[in-house]
Amino acid sequence: MNQSYAAGIIAAALLTAAPVARADVDPTVLNAERERIEAMSRAMAPSIAIFAGGQGGGSGVIISSDGYALSNFHVTSAAGVAMKCGLSDGGYYDAVLVGLDPTGDVALIKLLGRERFPAAEMADSDLVRQGDAVFAIGNPFLLATNLQPSISYGIVSGVHRYQYPAGTILEYADCIQTDAAINPGNSGGPLFNSSGQLIGINGRGSFEKRGRVNVGVGYAISINQIKHFLGCLKGGRIVDHATLGATVAADNDGRILVSDILEESDAYQQGLRYNDEIVRFADRRITSVNAFKNVLGTLPKDWRVPLVYRRRDVETTLMVRLAGVHRSGELEKMVEGGEVEPPGPQPDDPDRERKPDAPPAPKEIPAAEKEPSTELPEAVKAFYEAKSGYANYHFNRVERDRVWKAFQSNGDFSALTGTWSLSGDLPPDGGDVQIDLGDAACACTVPAGQFGFALNENLSEALDPPKSGGMLAALSLWRRLLVKGPAQFGDVTYLGAMPLERWGEQLDVFAAMHAGVECRFYFDPATGKLAALEFYPTDDAAPCRLHFREHLVVDGRHWPSLVEVSVGNSHFGDFRLREFKVKPPMGNGT
Amino acid sequence: MMPRGAQHAMRCAWLCAVTFCALGVQQATAAPLADVVESAQPKIAKLYGAGGLRGLEAYQSGVVISPSGHILTVWSYVLDAESITVVLNDGRRFEAELAGADPRLEIAVLKPREELDEIPYFDLEQAQSAGGGTRIIAFSNCFGVAAGDEAASVQTGTVMAVTPLNAHRGVFKATYRGPVYVLDAVTSNPGAAGGAITDDDGRLVGLIGRELRNSANGTWLNYALPMEELRASVTRIQAGELAPAQPLAQDNVGAANPTKLATLGIVLVPDVLDRTPAYVDAVVAGSPAAKAGLKPDDLLVTIGGRLVQSRGMLEEELKRWEADKPLKVTVLRGDDELLEVELTPTP
Repeated sequence: MNQSYAAGIIAAALLTAAPVARADVDPTVLNAERERIEAMSRAMAPSIAIFAGGQGGGSGVIISSDGYALSNFHVTSAAGVAMKCGLSDGGYYDAVLVGLDPTGDVALIKLLGRERFPAAEMADSDLVRQGDAVFAIGNPFLLATNLQPSISYGIVSGVHRYQYPAGTILEYADCIQTDAAINPGNSGGPLFNSSGQLIGINGRGSFEKRGRVNVGVGYAISINQIKHFLGCLKGGRIVDHATLGATVAADNDGRILVSDILEESDAYQQGLRYNDEIVRFADRRITSVNAFKNVLGTLPKDWRVPLVYRRRDVETTLMVRLAGVHRSGELEKMVEGGEVEPPGPQPDDPDRERKPDAPPAPKEIPAAEKEPSTELPEAVKAFYEAKSGYANYHFNRVERDRVWKAFQSNGDFSALTGTWSLSGDLPPDGGDVQIDLGDAACACTVPAGQFGFALNENLSEALDPPKSGGMLAALSLWRRLLVKGPAQFGDVTYLGAMPLERWGEQLDVFAAMHAGVECRFYFDPATGKLAALEFYPTDDAAPCRLHFREHLVVDGRHWPSLVEVSVGNSHFGDFRLREFKVKPPMGNGT
Repeated sequence: MMPRGAQHAMRCAWLCAVTFCALGVQQATAAPLADVVESAQPKIAKLYGAGGLRGLEAYQSGVVISPSGHILTVWSYVLDAESITVVLNDGRRFEAELAGADPRLEIAVLKPREELDEIPYFDLEQAQSAGGGTRIIAFSNCFGVAAGDEAASVQTGTVMAVTPLNAHRGVFKATYRGPVYVLDAVTSNPGAAGGAITDDDGRLVGLIGRELRNSANGTWLNYALPMEELRASVTRIQAGELAPAQPLAQDNVGAANPTKLATLGIVLVPDVLDRTPAYVDAVVAGSPAAKAGLKPDDLLVTIGGRLVQSRGMLEEELKRWEADKPLKVTVLRGDDELLEVELTPTP
């Protein structure tokens, strides 16, 4: 009896107190609603409002607890170096510009003044499907004066969309299209999937005759694209987009063929030719010209990506090194030019000459008057260093130091200032090899003969031993970095994180200049070890590449016991180290 | 013995439970939106035709309605081309031409210029009707953003009202007078006309109409033409009615005593363009045209059930009609008035 009595009370309560409609709602619907609310409240925490001085501003999202946040270049360009950011928990922080991808309309900033920031989790945006539920968080029309952002809900309307550059930059390639409302002020803000994971950065809409307001067609830069650029952006750089050095066109059968190729491109030097069919690029199937442009648009300059081409039914895979879209200094000029017109209708758009019967178009959020940004806020000063070609050189030092510190956890080589005497053999000839690397000179004895040269001269013709592409010089530069460190080596900057041998990996890269040559050092981010070195004797020569493998610990230092040497695509030999000694410094010029 | 109240409550609880179960089953069978979208996309067409001048996009959207690749779309200047390129979501493309158009509904059917089969299509017999509150999915190539093998853009929304388009006469410049689905999503964008509106299960309910702006307040209407309003007309067009007028074949002499514009009392605007539209320049007083009420600036749209897309085609079509027979014509007056009249020859 008691039980049914209780049931009666519960049922009565359901029928009277609670809204009737509620009781009719399927629990799965209520669960879905609850999950959505939870996802949104989780996603609110890392979403930020950006105040770019004056009336300018937009949105952003924090991606790591140390305060790195993403936004649009066209949002931060109004602010320059320093800006203010508000969180939904009421926190209000100084932020400093870190890196810029002007072509991709991405800015990396860093919030300052808090131990741990809430951070969004980045999803794999290639898994996003048309019809997936998504929501945007941001500061449309700069409504978030109380720092409480607005949320708009919708679906994924399209994936892998290509939007032509607005003017010369701001190209949206491979972007996500959504019908969640994206309005002025949402720019730079996050697009989340239904679990509250970050899938993109909102930045653009299709606007035409109705003024700059949402028409159900907004675009987000995919987070996977930004993951490609993130390492370079963290290095404080102004990062350029990539070009293959070749154009493609579809033939009548819909195959995508190389329609033009530059002889100086890496792809050409590795064997790609006119009329070859592009099958895959950066691990994606290429079925249309748009698909190719989409993939290319997500890649930074200097990246190496796999390219599969077919010629007479034979498929070949290359790891091609990509060049930059812009000429040296071109992007920097654009960045220094200040504000960037938000992507959307251009000044010659018909909407700009509104017809008398048209409703007033909402006014574009005015960007700040460009202040003479000579005086930075105190909080920001310590995090900024101006240098040509960089958005903020301070962060290049930060990244260089981080990588070098991780390297040094595998051993400190700075005390080994004597001559490094390496002996081993070089299959397949199997001959004995003796190599001596000093500060001022180097020498080697290989089956092909004896070679040596001074190191205080220009190294652009130091290609010995023959056919190695400059193995001896490369090894000397290796010793130089290990002994002197990046600060004393010469000009060493952090280039970013990029693949070397296979798609999917990202190694930390130093770009270094010494004795008239450039070289690159690739570090394994998991162990901190130096994985490879590339030596570019001249701009157009195939680089000599050393891969350092099979490390052994000697006296607390990790030494590679195997150095693979290759030039361009051809393998020179595997240098197996048997013995290593440090001798007193070689005599002058010996 | 259970108290009466408790008994009642138990019954209510049981009823609730039954309702939950029923709903539960329904929920469990509803496919995720992404799957519904994926299954509908092969039936959506991207159309490329005439236009391309400032403010006039040379593209629009369409819906595949037969396995041989017939396309239902809205009738617009985009179709005013010899050949219209159709691109499906897998990148497959073919050329099509106008099979016929209904000026009253402002819809058109295209037929492929080659033999095709097994193209995924919407069966119009299965089309559903929607009411206020029905959740819908919109498919279109708005802004032309979907190129090649990219799928059309998808949006979701709700039918806000089912209401006649001309509830307030003269506000929308359209000849269509029937009910439309008014939608709460911004589905009417450049290039979206002719796109599909489906229900949550991906069943066709409507066709996105051409862009209409409210002349009273300047706002743009987001709406769709209900499929049930279009079905009969589509069937007629597919059966060959309202087909475009064609020049007489070499061996066809036409009518023994063909109708002449002059005897009808119609003076058309001079034939200066390749495809000059058949606008009335003047009407001869007392003529059959005058008696039927034709006026200068009327556009002759159909003659004897044939679509006349130009002055030249109108003259070709007249060659088929005996001068002593009454002739049915449709004229468009202004932007939104469609008149069907019969021109009776003077005895």
